[in-house]
Amino acid sequence: MTAITNDPQPLTEQEQTWVDQFMDETTLFLGPDPEIMRSHSIAGRSVYEDACIAKGVDRATVERVRKRVAGALDEGYEMCEAQGAAPGAKWGDLTTAIYTAAGDVSYLSCHGVIAFSAILHHPIRYIMKYWKDEPTVGVHPGDGFIHNDARFGNVHNTDQSMIMPVMRDGEIIAWVAATIHEGENGACEPGGMPSGSETAFDDGLRMSPFKIVEKGHLRRDLLTFLQHSVRDPKLQLADLKVKIGSVNRIMERVDALIDEVGVEAFVAALRVTIEDVDAEVRRRISELPDGTVSFNQFMDSTLKENILIKLACKIHIEGDKMTVDLRGTGPEILNRAINSPLCSVKSMFMQAILAFWWPDLPRCTSAMSCIEIISDEGTWADASYDAPMGQSLQASFRGFSAFQSLYGKMQFSTPNKYSNVVANWFNQINTFLWGGITQHGDTVGNLCADLNGMPGGAKPFKDGEDSVSPLFCAMADTAEQEVMEEEVPFMQLVSKRLVRDNMGFGKFTGGMGYEMIVASEGTPHWGFMTVTSGAKFSSIYGMFGGYGCGTYPLATVKGVNVYDAIREDPSKFDLSMEKVMNEQPFDGGKYATHHMGLQFDVAKDGELYMIAQGAGGGYGDPLERDPEAVLKDIELNRITAKVARDIFAVAYDEATLRLDADATAELRTQARRDRLGRGRPYQEFVDSWVTEEPPADLLYYGSWGDDTDDLTATIFEIDGPRRVKAPIGELPIIMIPDRRELKIAELEAQVARLEAKHGETVHRLA
Amino acid sequence: MTEYLLIDLDTERWVCRVCAHDLGDAHGNYKPGTLVYDRDPREIHQPILDPARYEFTFSPDPSYCRILEFYCPGCATQLETEYVPPGHPPTVDMVWDVAALRRQWSERGTDPEEVFNYGPGEDAEKHTAHHRASGHIR
Repeated sequence: MTAITNDPQPLTEQEQTWVDQFMDETTLFLGPDPEIMRSHSIAGRSVYEDACIAKGVDRATVERVRKRVAGALDEGYEMCEAQGAAPGAKWGDLTTAIYTAAGDVSYLSCHGVIAFSAILHHPIRYIMKYWKDEPTVGVHPGDGFIHNDARFGNVHNTDQSMIMPVMRDGEIIAWVAATIHEGENGACEPGGMPSGSETAFDDGLRMSPFKIVEKGHLRRDLLTFLQHSVRDPKLQLADLKVKIGSVNRIMERVDALIDEVGVEAFVAALRVTIEDVDAEVRRRISELPDGTVSFNQFMDSTLKENILIKLACKIHIEGDKMTVDLRGTGPEILNRAINSPLCSVKSMFMQAILAFWWPDLPRCTSAMSCIEIISDEGTWADASYDAPMGQSLQASFRGFSAFQSLYGKMQFSTPNKYSNVVANWFNQINTFLWGGITQHGDTVGNLCADLNGMPGGAKPFKDGEDSVSPLFCAMADTAEQEVMEEEVPFMQLVSKRLVRDNMGFGKFTGGMGYEMIVASEGTPHWGFMTVTSGAKFSSIYGMFGGYGCGTYPLATVKGVNVYDAIREDPSKFDLSMEKVMNEQPFDGGKYATHHMGLQFDVAKDGELYMIAQGAGGGYGDPLERDPEAVLKDIELNRITAKVARDIFAVAYDEATLRLDADATAELRTQARRDRLGRGRPYQEFVDSWVTEEPPADLLYYGSWGDDTDDLTATIFEIDGPRRVKAPIGELPIIMIPDRRELKIAELEAQVARLEAKHGETVHRLA
Repeated sequence: MTEYLLIDLDTERWVCRVCAHDLGDAHGNYKPGTLVYDRDPREIHQPILDPARYEFTFSPDPSYCRILEFYCPGCATQLETEYVPPGHPPTVDMVWDVAALRRQWSERGTDPEEVFNYGPGEDAEKHTAHHRASGHIR
C-alpha cells in the first residue's frame, strides 16, 4: 500500500537539478509564456545596443534613420493596402513596423493600426526565447514567422503577421513585420471574429509563432495545411505573399540604410528612439495632476444573450508614475466569445495613448512601457488560456474608451496639451460579417468596411464628425460598396444614410452614424452575422454633462424577397430602418428586432438585415448648445422637433425655422428650474437609490460598486441560476446555458400550464 | 478640472465654473455637492422603432440602464452624466491631491484660467477663438 502525504520532503540540490533536467527534456508542449505575456515594458538595453550607443549617438543620424525607416514602413504599408486580398487590407486595417532585436517596436508605419505597437513584441520575444536556439527551428536570414494567436500576443485572431529578422554576421539586429486584418481564419463562423465561439477551439486558426518562410522560400507543406484550415484558401496564399513582399521591400530599404549609416548607428537609432519615448512619456505623466480618476463601463451582451458585465478602470497618477487598475472587472465567461487576453486590452490602451493622448510621439512599445497595469487574470479583460476570444474586441475596445474618457479629466487642467479634449469615440464594430458562396463560385468569409464608419466624439469647441473613422485606425476607409458588390452576392440597399437623432447630445454633439440595409441574391448559400453589443445599454457615454450614444438593434425582415417586391413596385425602394420596421411595407414578411449578436444566419434571397452605426459622445450641457446650431440640425433633418424641444429646449417657427430667442431663453430657464426641482441632494439620493446588489433578474457580472473586492456573478447549477459574490480567485467557473434550451424549457412549461388549464391530457415519452 | 468644475486652491473647495457655487471639499469627491436625478434613458435616447411592437428600438432598456444627471445646485448646469445599472453606486470619478496640485501650479507660476486651452491645432484655435468671442464658451 502506498502512503500519500501532503507534506512533500524538500528536494536536495542534486534532486532539484534532476527534476529540472527531466522537465526540460520532456516538455509536452510550449504554451504562451507568462513572463513574456504579462509584460508590456521595453526590454533592457542589450550589451550590443549599449556598445553601439557608447560609440556616440549623433542626433542628426538618429533623425535620419527614423525618417528613412518611416518612409520604408509607409512604402510597405502601401504595398499591403494596394495588393492585399483581404477586405481589411484594402481599407487600411494593417500595419508595418520595425522592431529592436528584443522585439520592441521602434517605429510603426504612419498609417494603419497603432494598437500593434503594444502587441508584437510578445511573439518576437517568444521566437527569441524558444525558437532562436532550438535546433529544429533556428532563425536565419530570409526566414519568416507567421502568427495570429492572441494568446501569444495579438489584438485578435483575424490579424496575421509575417515577422522576419534583420541579421548581420549571424546576429539578429532588428525585426521587420507586416500585419493585416485577414478576416477569415477557419473559426466556427466565417470572417474570423466569431460571436458564436463557445470554446477556444471555435476561434479558428491558433497559430503560435512558427517559421513558414525558410531562407526566403515559403514552405508549401505548411501553406497547404493553413489553406485547408480556412474557408478562403486563395486569400490565405495571396496575403501571405503580399506580406512577404512588403517585408522584403522594407528589408531592402533597411539594408540600404545600414550600408549608408552603418550597423552600429542603425541599432543605436532604434534603441535611442524607444528610450527617448520612454523618457518623454514619464515627463508627460509628471505634467498631469496627481490623483485618481475612475470610469466604469457596462456591456449588455455575451453576443448570445443579454447580460451586464462590468469593465472597471482606475488610473492613479503620482509624479511621473501612472498606475492602471482593472480590478472590479467582471469574470470571464468560459463559453462565450467576449473574453479578451490582457495583451489585447493593453493594445487598445496603446491605441488611445498614441492616437488620442500623445499623437505626436513615435509609435513605440515604450509609449506605455512605464505605466503599471494591475489586473486579475480570469476576468473577461484578462482571460485565461482556455477562454474563447472570438470577439475579444468587446473588452479591448472598452479598454480604449476607458483610457480616452479618463484622459479627458487628467489632461483638462494642464496648460500644455498634446491633443484636443474630446468626448468618447463610438466603440462598437457595427457592421455585417458575411460568408458563403459567391456569384463566382468561391467560398468566402469576411466583413463589410462599415465598421470603419465609427462617429467621432464631440470636442469642447466643435461637434464630433459623422461616421469618420474607427477608433483603431484614423486613416481607414469605408470602401466602395459597388466594388464589393462585384465580389460578393449581396447589395447594400441602404448604405451610409444617417439615422435621425442618432448623436450624443451636448453643448457640442457627438458625430452621427449611418444605417445599412443588406440583402443577398443569386447565391446557393449565404449568411450574415453581427458581432457587437449595445442594444440595451449604451456603449459609450458623454463628457462633462453631455450624453452618450443610444442603443442599436439588429432588425430583420425574413420570409419575403424584397427584390421581387421592389421589381413589382419600384416605389417600395424607399427604405430606412424606421420606415421598413414601422410601416412594414413588405406583405408576408416577418419583422423582428434582435440584439447585435447574430450568429451566422442563413439569408435567403431578398431577406433584409438592417443595422446602424452608433454615435460619438456629446460634450457639455445640452442647454448650452447654440440654438442656431440646433436649428441647423432641424433644417438638415438630423434631429426631430421633439429632440430640439426636449433635449435642447429650443423654440422656433416650424414653418420658417426661424429661432424664437425669447421663447428659447424662457424654455431654458424653465428647464433649469425643473432640474433644481427634481434633482435631489446627493447623499439623500444615494441613500434611497443604491441597492445592496444588482436587480434580482439581471445577469450581472463584476463588482457592484467600487469599494469591494468581491465580484457578483450568476452561476447556473442543477437547480437553476444562483447569484454568488466572491473575490475573483474564489468564483466558480462561469458558463451560461444555451439560450435555446432555456427557451425550450420555458415554452414546455408554458405548454404544460396551458394543458393543465384546459384539462388536456397528453402522453409523451421521455 | 473639467468644463464646469474647478478647485479653488486658496479655499481648497470644489467650485462651479459657471456660477461659482461652492460644491464641497476639494480633497474628496465633488458629487456630494451636487443634485442628482435618475433619468429614464428612453427620454433622452428616444425610440426610433415602434416600442409597442419591438423589443429593441434604439432606446436603452431602463431595466438595464439609467442615466444619472448631476446638476449644480446654484445654476442647474448639468455638470456630469453617468450611465449605470439601476441601483449601482455612483462612481467616484475623480479625487485629486490638492497639495500636489498647488505645488504644480506654484512651479508653473501661471494662472490656470489664463493659460487654459482645449489643445493644439489650427482647428482648436480657430473655433475656440470664435466661440470665446461670442461668449459661447468660457
